[in-house]
Amino acid sequence: MKHDITLTVNGEPYHITVQSHHTLLHVLRDQLVLTGTKNGCSEGECGACTVLLDGEPVNSCLVLGVEANGRAITTVEGLADNGRLAPIQQTLVELGGTQCGFCTPGVLLSAHALLQRNPNPTEYEIRAGLVGNLCRCTGYVRIVDAVREAARLQQASATS
Amino acid sequence: MTIQKTTIVGQSFPRVESNAKVTGAAQYVDDMQFGANLLYGKLKRSTVAHGWIKRIDTSKAKALPGVRVVVTGQDYPGLTGLYLSDRPTFAVDRVRFIGEPVAGVAADTPELAEQACELIEIEYEDLPGVFDPEFGASAEAPLLHPDLMDYACAPFIFRQPGTNISNHFKVRKGDMDAGWAEADQIFEHTYYVPHVQHVPLETHAAVAQVDGNGKITLWSASQSPFAQRNLIAKSLGISHSRLRVITPYIGGGFGAKAGVSMEGACVIMALQAKGRPVKLVMSRAEEFYTTFVRQGLTAKIKMGMTADGRITAMQNTYYWDAGAYTEYGVNITRAAGYSSTGPYFVPNVHADSLCVYTNHPIGGAMRGFGMPEIHWAIEQHIDRMAERMGLDPVQVRLLNCLKEGQETVTGMIMHPTGLSQCISKAAEAIGWDKPSKPSGPGKRRGKGIAAMWKAPAMPPNPGSSSTIRFNEDGTCLVNIGGVDMGQGALTIAAQLAAEGLGVPISDVRVNTVDTDYSPYEWQTVASRLTWSMGNAILRAAGEAKQQIIEMVAEVWGENPQDLDIIEGNVVSYATEESVPLKNIVVYGMQKPDGTWAGGPVVGKGRFMPTYVTPLDAETGQGPRAVVHFTTGAQAVEVEIDEETGEVQVINLVSAYDVGKAINPDMVRTQMEGGAVQGMSTALLESIILRNGKPMNPSFTDYRIATAIDAPVSMENIIVEVPQDDGPYGARGIGEHAMVPTAPAIANAVRAAVGVAIDSMPITSEKVWAGMRNDKQ
Ligand code: FES
Ligand code: FES
Repeated sequence: MKHDITLTVNGEPYHITVQSHHTLLHVLRDQLVLTGTKNGCSEGECGACTVLLDGEPVNSCLVLGVEANGRAITTVEGLADNGRLAPIQQTLVELGGTQCGFCTPGVLLSAHALLQRNPNPTEYEIRAGLVGNLCRCTGYVRIVDAVREAARLQQASATS
Repeated sequence: MTIQKTTIVGQSFPRVESNAKVTGAAQYVDDMQFGANLLYGKLKRSTVAHGWIKRIDTSKAKALPGVRVVVTGQDYPGLTGLYLSDRPTFAVDRVRFIGEPVAGVAADTPELAEQACELIEIEYEDLPGVFDPEFGASAEAPLLHPDLMDYACAPFIFRQPGTNISNHFKVRKGDMDAGWAEADQIFEHTYYVPHVQHVPLETHAAVAQVDGNGKITLWSASQSPFAQRNLIAKSLGISHSRLRVITPYIGGGFGAKAGVSMEGACVIMALQAKGRPVKLVMSRAEEFYTTFVRQGLTAKIKMGMTADGRITAMQNTYYWDAGAYTEYGVNITRAAGYSSTGPYFVPNVHADSLCVYTNHPIGGAMRGFGMPEIHWAIEQHIDRMAERMGLDPVQVRLLNCLKEGQETVTGMIMHPTGLSQCISKAAEAIGWDKPSKPSGPGKRRGKGIAAMWKAPAMPPNPGSSSTIRFNEDGTCLVNIGGVDMGQGALTIAAQLAAEGLGVPISDVRVNTVDTDYSPYEWQTVASRLTWSMGNAILRAAGEAKQQIIEMVAEVWGENPQDLDIIEGNVVSYATEESVPLKNIVVYGMQKPDGTWAGGPVVGKGRFMPTYVTPLDAETGQGPRAVVHFTTGAQAVEVEIDEETGEVQVINLVSAYDVGKAINPDMVRTQMEGGAVQGMSTALLESIILRNGKPMNPSFTDYRIATAIDAPVSMENIIVEVPQDDGPYGARGIGEHAMVPTAPAIANAVRAAVGVAIDSMPITSEKVWAGMRNDKQ
């Protein structure tokens, strides 16, 4: 079965037809060709497919495309503002928090959501906030450092 | 070697491709667009561990509308393999492991491909299986490869006719009787390592297409585009020039994407697809049992030691559970053989490293290539001996560890190495002599250490090459055949090229691999790129630089010796003249008389080690077994919960001799990532196989370390004892980072609670049970 839906992705409105059984991950990658969001397991266990659905991180491989009807989605392609990297993108680059890069889009969105929710997270809160995002390359150290530093940058720019 | 002054080498630049990776712009194979014509491939996999294929009926699958290709082993019966050609792309008349591809389907949609696979009917006749390597090596075991001796095979692999042993690496060195006689204590014990999986976050992915000319293009998430071209072309009996392999960014490899696994199946389906591209992507489950896994190991260690801690003899037997096909695994066995003593000087050695066929998933290369497995045994054994003799594990290691000029187990003379330094520094950083204080009641702490060595495991003569071309604006393109799978090859290539040329790193771009345009590279494995490809890049840069300087010297009427390139300008030390590279590197330069000099600058360089010697089949002895060894040590502090047995890694220190850190921060990120991968395998990971059936092929049941599991704190120490033939003295670090982690943790657990764990992983249950037994 097919459904006509309306959704906003990274601020752009779309009217599209989706199949009932297709996931949001499929819709983003195969229909809208926003391939930044990755598929690491299709089973909700790795976090590579994390996107924001109305600001909340979700595993897009577990959300059906039709469920996105009327909602706003942010993917990794929507994090930078006109070519200017978001603080967490910046710090992940500077502190070496990306190696192969396959987990990176999901990590960025989980971290971004964490910092929105909790602008000054503790070490434990950062690690807990990333627990759904598997990374096999970095050992997480630099990712955690990058989130801490992004929090600092955000606070500094909020107070200046 | 002379110390060279550097401005770019030794600096910690952020990786050159990181902007693409944080914006979603970096394209991986599955991200590439092939249009509405794309077909989706799917493999029909064996459901039995060992059996004859009595009947395959594909008629129902073929009849399903939208199904375009159905292939079986009968269509392409050729064998393939890196060191031993023992593996069919699709099983022909018998299957040897659960998950083995038996047929392939390509259809208009993934759903149709899946449905078609279900419609293929296969009837098997079960055969008795081999599920244990020690049994597999015995005379009672059923033969899995009766044709073993007929397969094409590398000359340094020693098959045993009429057995399941596809390689037997022997060391017979010194006088064992004398060695045992000299010892004050002899201790023998057996250790086990289960199968684990590499778990790159990106699963294997390939797309293949055949054009009207018969040219085949394979887009592949591969560590080995050139080896894939070579092996697939050979298995199909086609010219190398007919196959082109393109590798964009890849989402991790750790050895899983070395050699060929499912890519040949994708090409075979494309050959039948009438010009349509065919995509084949492994599911996470398939990743655990259809592509490569790390081999299992049963290791028997017998060691003799004097009262003051000197190792007098070692007798080691390694039974590798190598799986159904050992095309790659035979060389892991060999590496374990020529490294069989661990990084120690042992005068008397009797070692047998046996590659044994089993009805398990295919054992392939994985980060460390046999070293994490043998070090699990050796490094625990040393501690257990030290304990029996009342000696300090750090001192025992310092006493026995290989020093420059000593003979290794194969009779090679050890080159300069910082191994002693690494052991001392790791011990110091962990506070070896200070007691550990638990964080609270019900907790116990302990410290452990392990040392390691590892050589690049490869044929004696794997080559590297590189070319450098300039653009009109003075920027340049570095072409390489090596793959950046996350380890940072592109950045290291850019730094070496920039340093060698004398240009800013921002002026250097490094291309990903396309075998039609990139120069040859054997494979991205063995932690060999920085060293081997790095040398090729430096030579290419040197040649390009020479072309530029000779041109400018001619035009200026100067001696080339007086010219240099600094930050993108040719400068003269004699006249202080200077000219930017812009334009002259493409258009040449006009001479005072109005004629021209130079032309488009193209530098090329190559490197291949030429000095490795064969080893004797009966003794394993020879002058130069390998190119070099990277050495190091790790020390850890753990805390154990007495109630649950849970092990938490509090502090983890890594110290490695990398020769020269081209990019120190990237060296540290390799150490960290490797240590956490090592910790994850040590504490959590094991593919549970019951009669050949993988019981936990998903992230729900096969856990890997998360951000919460990672050590509370980590420290990384870089030691630099230069490699004589490394670029600026560099040698590799990628794999080494996880080699000693598991035994270091096991040693720390023993120190904390007195529980010895022979069999990896060190689960809470095992530690808890061990503590209970102690109390009883
Ligand atoms: S792909 Fe969605 S969680 Fe792994
Ligand atoms: S950077 Fe490779 S999985 Fe995280």
